[in-house]
Amino acid sequence: MIPLQPPRRLVDVQIDGETVRVPEGSTILDACHAAGKDVPTLCYGDTLTPKNACRVCVVEVEGSRTLAPACSRKVEAGMNVGTDTERARHSRKVVLELLGSSVDLSTTPEAAGWIEEYGAEPGRFGDDAATVEQPAKVDNDLYVRDYSKCIMCYKCVDACGDQWQNSFAIAVAGRGFDSHISTEFDAPLTDSACVYCGNCVEVCPTGALSFKSEFDMRAAGTWDESQQTRTTTICSYCGVGCNLTLHVQDNKIVKVTSPHDNPVTKGNLCVKGRFGYGYV
Amino acid sequence: MDLRFRDVEPSAEERAAVDALLGPPATGWEGGARTEAELRYAARSETARDLLLPALHAVNDRVGWISEGALDYICRRLTVPPAEAYGVASFYSLLSLKPRPARVLHVCTDLACQARGAEDVRKRVEERLGPAGSSWQASPCLGLCERAPAALTIEAGLPPATQVYGPFQGDEVTAPVSTNGSGPTGWEPPAEAAVPQAGQDGLVLLKRIGVVDPASLDGYRAAGGYAALRRAFQLGPAGVIREVLESGLVGRGGAAFPTGRKWDATARQPDHPHYLVCNADESEPGTFKDRVIMEGDPYALIEAMTIAAYATGCAKGYLYIRGEYPRAIRRLEHAMATARARGLLGADILGQGFSFDIELRRGAGAYICGEETAIFNSIEGFRGEPRSKPPFPVEKGLFGKPTVVNNVETLVNVLPILEHGAPAYASIGTEGSTGTKLFCVSGSVDRPGIYELPFGATLRELLDLAGPAGTLKAVLLGGAAGAFVTDLDVPLTFEGTRAAGATLGSGVVLVLDDTVDLKHILLRIAEFFRDESCGQCAPCRVGTVRQEEALHRLSERVDESDLLLLREVGRTMRDASICGLGQTAWNAVESAIDRLGVYK
Repeated sequence: MIPLQPPRRLVDVQIDGETVRVPEGSTILDACHAAGKDVPTLCYGDTLTPKNACRVCVVEVEGSRTLAPACSRKVEAGMNVGTDTERARHSRKVVLELLGSSVDLSTTPEAAGWIEEYGAEPGRFGDDAATVEQPAKVDNDLYVRDYSKCIMCYKCVDACGDQWQNSFAIAVAGRGFDSHISTEFDAPLTDSACVYCGNCVEVCPTGALSFKSEFDMRAAGTWDESQQTRTTTICSYCGVGCNLTLHVQDNKIVKVTSPHDNPVTKGNLCVKGRFGYGYV
Repeated sequence: MDLRFRDVEPSAEERAAVDALLGPPATGWEGGARTEAELRYAARSETARDLLLPALHAVNDRVGWISEGALDYICRRLTVPPAEAYGVASFYSLLSLKPRPARVLHVCTDLACQARGAEDVRKRVEERLGPAGSSWQASPCLGLCERAPAALTIEAGLPPATQVYGPFQGDEVTAPVSTNGSGPTGWEPPAEAAVPQAGQDGLVLLKRIGVVDPASLDGYRAAGGYAALRRAFQLGPAGVIREVLESGLVGRGGAAFPTGRKWDATARQPDHPHYLVCNADESEPGTFKDRVIMEGDPYALIEAMTIAAYATGCAKGYLYIRGEYPRAIRRLEHAMATARARGLLGADILGQGFSFDIELRRGAGAYICGEETAIFNSIEGFRGEPRSKPPFPVEKGLFGKPTVVNNVETLVNVLPILEHGAPAYASIGTEGSTGTKLFCVSGSVDRPGIYELPFGATLRELLDLAGPAGTLKAVLLGGAAGAFVTDLDVPLTFEGTRAAGATLGSGVVLVLDDTVDLKHILLRIAEFFRDESCGQCAPCRVGTVRQEEALHRLSERVDESDLLLLREVGRTMRDASICGLGQTAWNAVESAIDRLGVYK
């Protein structure tokens, strides 16, 4: 889909020595994609304003004292970007080690591949290294918050807050390594402003937020994505006509997502579309 | 905003504390009593998010902690989501979300105090008052380094009372609280006690300290005050910026950015309004120069802010001062009120048709809020997390508007520039670093305090003034974010320290003699960064923890793999962190390993 907007000036940037022409205002990540370069991202969300908190997408920009986050730094004409330099690879490796040693990345897609690609060793900090391990919060029947898998990407907070849902049920609380996603005074979700739209689950990059059905099946060892089909259809509840992607395993709906490229809803749903499939 | 509240009632005292700041609620929609009639119409509530931190302070000051009911009431009054307000309140170390005694003792365990026996003091306090967390807590640098080891009590009440102790032995505070908040704020030595050079000829920035009564506007004017502002009105805004540019003044907060360029860039922004922010959140361990200026010469800062606002076209300025500086806050509030009453602040200053006023905002215990963009988030009522740059503050700063943000010392340098002209100012110091600089000398010296020297003096010359005690082992230049040096002939200029692989930073000169355990100092530095990291970006949030863990292992047993780990993590924090905190968190440790051979 091509968004309607006034034509933008094109600028030339060098990505790993290759000249790429992208519209003014694009990010380095956009330019990397245009050049066919793969830059890992975790906290970047295609439907959200970049927070550039995870720092795995850092690239080297000529003339810059520090590395730049590709997901949010805008390109400038003549910019010379190195996506695969020793400096950038080193930071990516150590960031993966820092995250891998403190957070459970077992359900983060691609994490294992990146750890191998960059030669990261999350175990090198020893057995006593501090982690965010904690019991999963199961306080409702719809979704589970397993913050031992949370990398603090802020995406759920942004989706719940002023970027999409405007419910403001959760925010970042605490400081430093103790910072965490929380409702006010850590109240259970059922006592919070949560409306169970599940848009936080939609954007979570690590599986810290997951459908209760997925969480239970993973615990039972029956979750098997290779056995699942995905069917995109239209929600039957109201006249908006949101797209639903039904994830089906063993003839049962196990999870509902929504395509992020839908021009109206951008992957967002309400509680009925997301969780109200019991009647099917 | 359609917000959901958990409907926990505030106590009468909490409600009174918030109402004293915000006035009584206008309608039931904002937390007042609901009437039948009110349910028939919806009142539009305007969000007043920037008052969140002052409101949290109001409750914390009165009751000592913030309950669910108090937070709920604040959120209703300001139309702020409770989860977000909780996130903000839990960000600051001076605010408590759990019940605690009205009086809390903050015992400084940071670098300068560490070099003066803070560890023994901490143990003594622990023996007397039990484990930390409730009636006392260990604190990062309190900015009382010339009186190290130091402590501060804050007692909630109406009004809240504070008392600083220094040197603190650990048993001065008589156990439990006398009467709630009734105790007067206790005696402490005058500001000039921190200035060994006080009253000497040749001082520029410190010339009025100990000479002029800090409470007296007449005294300030008789000593040459407000001549610079008159000169500014003669020159016009563009003329002031030209003078500051030509003077070569660079920022004294640590980054050494040319002040004139910052002012010029802000003044040129077409977007309005422009804001001025004075960064008085001086929290770098070992730094206390801004406190001494604010306590000893508060009108100088008010005048300098007025000049900066005039030059850059700001009608409103924020003075963001750290919460651990009770006396500086009182003196500034008094100075602002007096200046306002005399037509030197407010509408039509000196009859020149220029209007400007200052709002004082108090920090609540977060080093990171001294970062130039985190300070904006803190003022706006968000968590004090740094923003990513670009865009830079001159373009999009406070409330998304062009903002000039300057450190206290930088601002007061503008006065001599305008009084004597840029060429006279630029003739002091070296070519790359003009003017004079304040140095915060602490640790193992006979005469700790603030020293003013022209740029170009060497570290040896500075130490000769302060009189090192004992056998010198190393000097930490620039604070926790700085570096250790052993060469005393390093010239104290921006270019000279850079060439020596160090930084002037905020002017910290912490002298360590051979009785000080360097491993312990390094652990304290690592602990400081781990505590003060905001937690936003992964390299700093986790890297500072891993750095501390590795240093703990190294103090037991030296292992090459841990040294390599430190280097790799340190390099990543420097390269990939969002802001200066993470980028400098490894500096001091690196210099100690490389130059002092701590883990050999």
